[in-house]
Amino acid sequence: MTPLIKISNLKKAYGAFTVLHGIDLDIAEGEVVCVIGPSGSGKSTLIRCINRLEAFSDESSIVVDGVTVGPGKALAKVRAEVGMVFQSFNLFPHLTVLKNVMLAPMRVRGAKPAEAERKARDLLTRVGIAAQAEKYPGKLSGGQQQRVAIARALAMEPKVMLFDEPTSALDPEMVGEVLDVMKTLAGTGVTMVVVTHEMGFARQVADRVIFMDGGRIVEQGTPAEIFDNPREDRTRSFLRSVLEH
Amino acid sequence: MNLVNTFFNIPILIDTFPLLLSGLLVTLEIGVTSIIAGLAGGLFLALVRLYGPGPVPFLSKIYIDIFRSIPLLVLLIIVYYALPFVGIRFSPFVSAVVALTLVSAAYTAEIFRAGIEAIPHGQFEASQALGLSGRHMMVDVILPQAIKIVIPPLTNNCINVLKDTALASVVAMPDLLKQATQAQALAANPTPLIGAALIYVALLWPLVAIVARLEKRFGKDKRP
Repeated sequence: MTPLIKISNLKKAYGAFTVLHGIDLDIAEGEVVCVIGPSGSGKSTLIRCINRLEAFSDESSIVVDGVTVGPGKALAKVRAEVGMVFQSFNLFPHLTVLKNVMLAPMRVRGAKPAEAERKARDLLTRVGIAAQAEKYPGKLSGGQQQRVAIARALAMEPKVMLFDEPTSALDPEMVGEVLDVMKTLAGTGVTMVVVTHEMGFARQVADRVIFMDGGRIVEQGTPAEIFDNPREDRTRSFLRSVLEH
Repeated sequence: MNLVNTFFNIPILIDTFPLLLSGLLVTLEIGVTSIIAGLAGGLFLALVRLYGPGPVPFLSKIYIDIFRSIPLLVLLIIVYYALPFVGIRFSPFVSAVVALTLVSAAYTAEIFRAGIEAIPHGQFEASQALGLSGRHMMVDVILPQAIKIVIPPLTNNCINVLKDTALASVVAMPDLLKQATQAQALAANPTPLIGAALIYVALLWPLVAIVARLEKRFGKDKRP
């Protein structure tokens, strides 16, 4: 079966500093992939290339569901199929929670307002925010905002969901509610690529864990392989540093 | 007593008041037309300066810099007195509106640009990640937030445009100032000028107060 996402020789540099040294990675439909690694290892850059929020080298190629991710008209189409959840939520502060979720289906998919609203309320119920639908994002806690952001991305019925450190900006007591939503989501068969520092989540939910360091994939495997029996020294030392504190 | 008769001569003020009001109407016509055209032009210039293709941003910047440098009076005189030499003839009204709009658009463009640039990068990224087109991103996400930020400086610019309409009197436009100077000549008394000054203040003071209040309110909003 052809992979849903095919990343070949992905290279990215900021000036003289190389962030990604030619990454090859295939992600299958329905797979939940967690990307772990130290800060600056290139893991966020990697997933931001998948919907081309970061431009990448011309020798690289990323194909999502048969469509090449490149500059030009097709890009908005790819992006509509790829949902993204950001570390800092990035909700639209001038729109209510409900309107945040309704906007893209109406503008990009041409959904009718009534239909978009019904779907938005369904999604907000799924992430446990239905009661806050008429509020503005600024009135919500961080955890609530991030759950709205997940609903907003899901409203486009994306083929894949990207999560860029979705719990890193949250107060500790709010991390659980967001991870719970993500766990439920993973159980529904949505393809997910999650950059995270939450090792418990990765171990419990991921089909595959990728450990990155220095702009390369150092090691990948099932959670059991990576967490219980890492082959590489760098993986071992990283896991020791994050798990022992 | 002499002073009152000279500067605040009530009978003369009453006599010339209709003239002054007709001047006020012209001032408002020039001002409002120039403000609206300047807003549209300024938004366009700001957008092409930020997102235009190829040399367009640079050209937009050149335009903005030139029209922020040129004195409005000089521009107005060029439009009204110099352009006819190359066959371009505008009425006094159109000359005044053209000169005011060209300059106002340049200032407005810089205000809009600052407003758009003040929107956090994450708003652009979230819009793009959802697949919104550039147009929808601007119309639905970026501009509604930017406009809130730019309302105080835009109102300031409106005040400046309204004040600068007085320059139209040099191209024989019967605006408030021109009518006042004519009434002054007719009555051989400067009271109409004082009347015009009071009308300008009465017109613009509320706007000045509104700007102060808006700045205070939006200033508060910004704090998280």
